[in-house]
Amino acid sequence: MERDEWRKLSLLEAKRLLDSGQVGALELTNACIEAMEASRNLNIFITETPENARLQAQESEKKLKNKEGGVLEGIPLAIKDLYCTKNVRTTAGSKILENFVPPYESTVTQNLLDAGAVFLGKTNLDEFAMGSANITSFFGPVISPIRSTQNPEKSLVPGGSSGGSVAAVAAHIAFAATASDTGGSIRQPASFTGLVGIKPTYGLCSRYGMVAFASSLDQAGPVAKTVRDAALMLSVMASYDEKDSTSLKGNRPDYLKNLNPSAKKLRIGLPKECFENLSDELKVVLESSCQTLRDLGAEFVDISLSMLKYSLPCYYIIAPAEASSNLARYDGVRYGFRAENVGNIADLYAETRRLGFGKEVRRRIFIGTYVLSQGSYEAYYVMAQKVRSKIRQEFEETFQRVDVILTPTATCGAFGVEEGPKMSAVDMYLNDIFTVSANMVGIPGISIPAGTTQDGRPLGIQFLGARFSEQTLFNVSAAFEDATRLKN
Amino acid sequence: MTKNLIKGKTGPWEIVIGLEVHAQISSKSKLFSGSATEGDGGANSRVNFFDAGMPGMLPVVNSYCIDQAVRMGFGIHGKINKVSVFDRKNYFYPDLPSGYQISQFFYPIVTQGYINIDDETGPKRIGVTRIHMEQDAGKSQHDLDPSRTCIDLNRSGIALMEIVTEPDIRSVAQAVAVAKKIHTLAQYLDVCDGNMERGNFRIDANISLHRPDTAFGTRVEIKNLNSFRFMQAALNYEIDLHLETLESGGKISQETRLFDAAKGKTFTMRDKEDACDYRYFPDPDLNPVVLTEERIERLRQSLPELPDAKKERYKTDLGLSDYDATFLAEDRALGAFYEEALAYPDFPDKKAAPKLVAHWMMGDMAALMNKGDRASDALSLAPRTLAQLVHFIQDGTISGKIAKTVFEKLWEDPALSVVDIVKNMRLQQISDETELRTAIVKMLAEQQHNVAEYRNGKTSLFGFFVGQTMKIFQGKANPAKVNEILHQELDS
Repeated sequence: MERDEWRKLSLLEAKRLLDSGQVGALELTNACIEAMEASRNLNIFITETPENARLQAQESEKKLKNKEGGVLEGIPLAIKDLYCTKNVRTTAGSKILENFVPPYESTVTQNLLDAGAVFLGKTNLDEFAMGSANITSFFGPVISPIRSTQNPEKSLVPGGSSGGSVAAVAAHIAFAATASDTGGSIRQPASFTGLVGIKPTYGLCSRYGMVAFASSLDQAGPVAKTVRDAALMLSVMASYDEKDSTSLKGNRPDYLKNLNPSAKKLRIGLPKECFENLSDELKVVLESSCQTLRDLGAEFVDISLSMLKYSLPCYYIIAPAEASSNLARYDGVRYGFRAENVGNIADLYAETRRLGFGKEVRRRIFIGTYVLSQGSYEAYYVMAQKVRSKIRQEFEETFQRVDVILTPTATCGAFGVEEGPKMSAVDMYLNDIFTVSANMVGIPGISIPAGTTQDGRPLGIQFLGARFSEQTLFNVSAAFEDATRLKN
Repeated sequence: MTKNLIKGKTGPWEIVIGLEVHAQISSKSKLFSGSATEGDGGANSRVNFFDAGMPGMLPVVNSYCIDQAVRMGFGIHGKINKVSVFDRKNYFYPDLPSGYQISQFFYPIVTQGYINIDDETGPKRIGVTRIHMEQDAGKSQHDLDPSRTCIDLNRSGIALMEIVTEPDIRSVAQAVAVAKKIHTLAQYLDVCDGNMERGNFRIDANISLHRPDTAFGTRVEIKNLNSFRFMQAALNYEIDLHLETLESGGKISQETRLFDAAKGKTFTMRDKEDACDYRYFPDPDLNPVVLTEERIERLRQSLPELPDAKKERYKTDLGLSDYDATFLAEDRALGAFYEEALAYPDFPDKKAAPKLVAHWMMGDMAALMNKGDRASDALSLAPRTLAQLVHFIQDGTISGKIAKTVFEKLWEDPALSVVDIVKNMRLQQISDETELRTAIVKMLAEQQHNVAEYRNGKTSLFGFFVGQTMKIFQGKANPAKVNEILHQELDS
């Protein structure tokens, strides 16, 4: 096998080569670093850490030689720049944290390091994870490695907010990447780039050391090339963490070891609300996906989620409310960007935040501040939380009747980088229409590749399950993945 | 009900006061982080990443602080809420690192309590609306650098308890009594050290005046009162100000004021226009605080006897007066001293001991404490020593008068024992009948003239003979015995 072919393998395939000693960890990492450097035109990484990566790979090589390697020993990964990494700059895609170097490591990245992973660098993202196209980053947009077959010159967005992470995996720079999902930021970009992305149950992965966007919605998760890769990644990333009060107690299962690829007798709910007004391309993909699942022995149940239409509006009250408070700490007083030549403390705040935050972030801070202010709080925030519990209730009832729910991940394939800024904020927000409910309710959702548009842009489907149903989601997804691979 | 009215030029007014007490919760670590609350590492030495509001850092509640708030809740006879919620109070300030303070706004941990006080009109019950927990902010120091403000985050995140009373208070004296009672309770329960100089116990007072039987007037808040004396002065000043304004037809504007102790005046801190919209909402980083029945019960069991119950016991079981019982019960250290002294096993008259010990504590001991500015919990005198002194008084070894001298010696040098002092100073009372009688007979022989007058009916001379005897014995003669022998010698 050619050296440059290694990095196109799946994570599990690469792991086999490393564990058997056929490929050295340093060689593999060097191949990935070369690819990272060769892809700078895509603006995938905000910070590259090749020196660290080589040191980690050398360490891994020793451990692999002594058969002491962890489950991800020597595997090059990319880390979304929302995870604080000790002594490595962490920006959250914002000017306000442009030069911020955390003196601590997030729990999720520490878990990966403990398993022997090699970190290539920190990937670009929408500023503070606020966006669906990775065009709000202070460090510029990410360009997807995916191209339209009809218009290969056109630069497409990778989706957002985890745009850099999916681009790094889709461009075969990293074998997998960490991402985060507040309203769809793992699943929609996975759908846009033909990858697998899972947002787990709220509380499965620790939020400690993850720069907060909306605390009650944020969840860490992986993006990967295959379902099995994603299962292994999540098994390592997830842990109970006493440093995060919302972390769920108990041991996390080994999703890969327990994997049972099957859809037999699985009751799959098809919410009618998610199948209205879809594009023909998407309909074709969904119909063939259903056929594949039917062939695998799945049973379909027509369902209705009447509360679903309220998810997005309520999400755009709760998420900005929490964000407006979470982002108050970026005030120029202790760390990060500080405006110069200001008269008094009020001006310091105003100027630091006006210059330090981008337009989308400021928009959401304004919305959040408004919905929490006296006179609006009851009508907006409290009402949205009430509706949220109704939505949760409806999902819980639905999961009495079905094992999983199938929906499209996004309404469309990746659009052009130039088109993004022309979209209205509301149109951009509509990107999250199928994904936000999982965050509002706290349930897991996985996006897997299901087909493409006529011009070859990937389209994903999403499975939603009850809380802690990650194993079920991996099982059905793996069965689907195996079946579609055979077909092709 | 007796109304606590004040007279104005234009008629009577009623005062309405409500208090908000901020008490620092005694705890080794902060409310949401493992940082220490005490130490001498200098500025910013007790600050971890969470306390400094670093990105991605999360709060983890210190359950000991929760227990402390529950204990205080029992102290004010409050309802302990099985579910309470931490909210964020959002505002910008340089020493508030996260841009919000974590507090309990919508669902506090304790509600619907009360405390009992006494004032000149008798006992009174004051409602306590709520107790909630919150984080303290850091400290901005403007005087360390000519052009910059320095920030010390050592205090950032330390647990506070806010105790809010109903507007049930009708006089300045009552307000002081309420504040003192809360102070006593907090110390009693070990939930706050009560140190007001260090700001560990500070009071905000809301005050308004209105005509009797009309709606409450507009209130003014005086913040950060850190002594009972200042609180009294500030309230009196504010009452005068309100009276003057209202009686001349003016209006009170709702505002927040501070007290300048040097000038003895209050002044405006911020008016209503500057009032912040704190945008309270439940902190999504924290789960609701859920208290199990077992935990509440365990905390109830862990409580010491509270002042009100102790006072009742002193009155009923030990026969103390209301005044004495209050004095000893309301100071936890004095109460403990008292009970330890009473535990002395060898009192000759066990029944009389409680009153006698109380008498000594309230009289000579209190006087010496006041004189030396000695705190009740820093007494070097051992309770057993006082008990021994009382023992010697009861069995007649020393007289009450001599005992005063002995007590002063003991106070000065706690290493001494009562026995040592009595022996060394030869203070022991002389009760030996033969010794006394010999001396008295001799003295009477020298006073033939006075003895004759006495026997002729001038009985008032008896005191003179007692005095002469005492003179011989340098005051150490047992007075009862002297009386007895004198009567026998003179009247027979």
